Amino acid sequence: MTNASSAPAGTPVLVPLAYRVVARRHETADVTTLRLSPVADAVAPGRPGQFNMLSAFGVGEAAISLSAAPDATGEVQHTIRDVGPVSHALCTSAPGDLVGVRGPFGTDWGVDDLGYGDTVVVAGGIGLAPLAGAIDVLAERRRYGGGRVFVAVGARNPDQVMLRAELGRWLAAGVRVRVTVDAAPAGFTGGVGLVTQLLPGLGFDPARTTALVCGPEVMIRFSVRALVDLGVPPGAVRVSLERNMQCGTALCGHCQLGPLLLCRDGPVVTWNDELATLLTENER
Amino acid sequence: MRLDPPFLASARVLAAGELDTLFAALAARGYETLAPGVRDGVIRLVPASGAAELPAGMHDRQAPGSYALEDGGDGELFGYAVGPDSLKGQLLPPHQSVLRATPDEGGLRIEPAPTEAARVAVVGARPCEVAATTVLERVLIGGAYPDPGAAARRKALFVVALECRRPATTCRCTSFGTGPGLEHGADLVMIELDPPPKRGGDPGAHRFLVRAQSPAGAEVLAALPTSEATRRDADRRRDALGAATRAIAASSNPEVVARGLLGHIEAPGWEEIASRCLSCGNCTMVCPTCFCTEVRDRSDLSGTLERERRWSSCFEVGHSLLTSGPVRRSVAARYRQWATHKLATWQTQFGTTGCVGCGRCVTWCPVGIDLGAEAAALAGTGAASRRGTT
Repeated sequence: MTNASSAPAGTPVLVPLAYRVVARRHETADVTTLRLSPVADAVAPGRPGQFNMLSAFGVGEAAISLSAAPDATGEVQHTIRDVGPVSHALCTSAPGDLVGVRGPFGTDWGVDDLGYGDTVVVAGGIGLAPLAGAIDVLAERRRYGGGRVFVAVGARNPDQVMLRAELGRWLAAGVRVRVTVDAAPAGFTGGVGLVTQLLPGLGFDPARTTALVCGPEVMIRFSVRALVDLGVPPGAVRVSLERNMQCGTALCGHCQLGPLLLCRDGPVVTWNDELATLLTENER
Repeated sequence: MRLDPPFLASARVLAAGELDTLFAALAARGYETLAPGVRDGVIRLVPASGAAELPAGMHDRQAPGSYALEDGGDGELFGYAVGPDSLKGQLLPPHQSVLRATPDEGGLRIEPAPTEAARVAVVGARPCEVAATTVLERVLIGGAYPDPGAAARRKALFVVALECRRPATTCRCTSFGTGPGLEHGADLVMIELDPPPKRGGDPGAHRFLVRAQSPAGAEVLAALPTSEATRRDADRRRDALGAATRAIAASSNPEVVARGLLGHIEAPGWEEIASRCLSCGNCTMVCPTCFCTEVRDRSDLSGTLERERRWSSCFEVGHSLLTSGPVRRSVAARYRQWATHKLATWQTQFGTTGCVGCGRCVTWCPVGIDLGAEAAALAGTGAASRRGTT
């Protein structure tokens, strides 16, 4: 994982740049993807796994992961679930509306050193969004002879499966994609069950696998356990963790997880025993 | 303590009666001066223009959950330990504007809040809070994203520190190496050399030993009507600091406590503390190194918005709020977060301890929880105090 770069000189660290919504796509009933284009100055391009602080002016600011790798447009893409005042304002913003952007912050998935062996991506719910940019890069690499890529997606029900356009694109690029839902109406032909149940059947070679995991914390813990049980070395598992963030710049103190400041030392961290203890003991 | 010649060479003596010249020198250099003053029965940092405004003769009695001032009638000008204010407020104001945005032809005009700082001098800062300022500098200015406001305010801050003759019962600086003397970090450091003379005595006997610890301090010191310090003056300082050191209770070795705390994350003692802790956050507000802030937007009917950053506390339930709810729901989890962060994980995050042993969190805890004693007990290195549970 690569460390975040520092702020552009002369920009007060907590002040966002103005962006306009240029495209909006409703993913599910409560998940929206926004593409944002800079009004004047742009933030530095982010790496998959990093996040921006997005401002809904007058409502507040929230940490939202990038959901696409940077491209030539200079636009940033975020996929947001409507869960609170700021995310609600962002999800309901329309093309032409102003949104503030600061970033990119935090560590990333480190895709540069992936794509030689197998890569397994495990996503739960909105956790697919921070992974999407990494899968994009890996899928493109796969097209040109890169390593195998396996994507296991868990969602609550079929209507909650998001980023369908991306899922189709990854399949077309030769990525093995499996989707499972917690519960489905009669007649549903896809898989029903936990995302961890998809892992044994994916067909990756555990000893030469790197795993990228994001989703609800409990899903992360069980997915890591399942991966390790299958023979993936714990040090080959990278997870993206979430805590309350008010600044993204290691100044506000909210994103503590034991010795980690997740906006600075995360959100993407390599799995280890200490992390397992932190997630199960320290904060309960 | 062996006093080497450089100490005497750098030390000057300022008569208490000439203290106004310090205030005047600071004013002449464009500093607004803050100094100790009594407000609501407490020593606070307040604007001051001369020595006559200092709380002469006031002495504090501090204990877990308790603070009281009494007038000793002795004319000692700095005869008290730390009050609730610290230099933190000078680097990181409790409230500060981040930006203002106003509607502007279909867009928003975003104006960052100015980050320039006015010159402020603090007279009477204690060695432990000078140490705390060094800690805060690492957090706020030493990372990848330096806080430009804090950097500007630090640069504009002139610190006149007072070495401590009268520690409070809550002081623990000797365990953290942050007092009662100060060898670096201030612009000027003084000690009230002799107790003021009794009525009818020689007022010239009430003197300060002053040293400069920065070029700016040396420049101010050169402008004051000081006289040479003698070996006897240096001895008197040594004796006063020695007496203060002996008066300050030792707490357990901070490094041992840090390791022990992290090894006792599941100890039942956390629940016991939580049964007393009110989760009020007083400890974090008075702590000279606690730096948590939150950002809030406020808008008016014209569409103008002001984004504000203000102090927040890990004792607030909302501090750890996620979509799934707060991460640290119980008081025990929040107390553990504060204690383990302050005493242990801070070291990993910022390469320094988060506690300087000033004792403010103990004095201003409404139920008198003694962080150091509790932490030592939890870490298995000492017995906890069980005072102040009424």
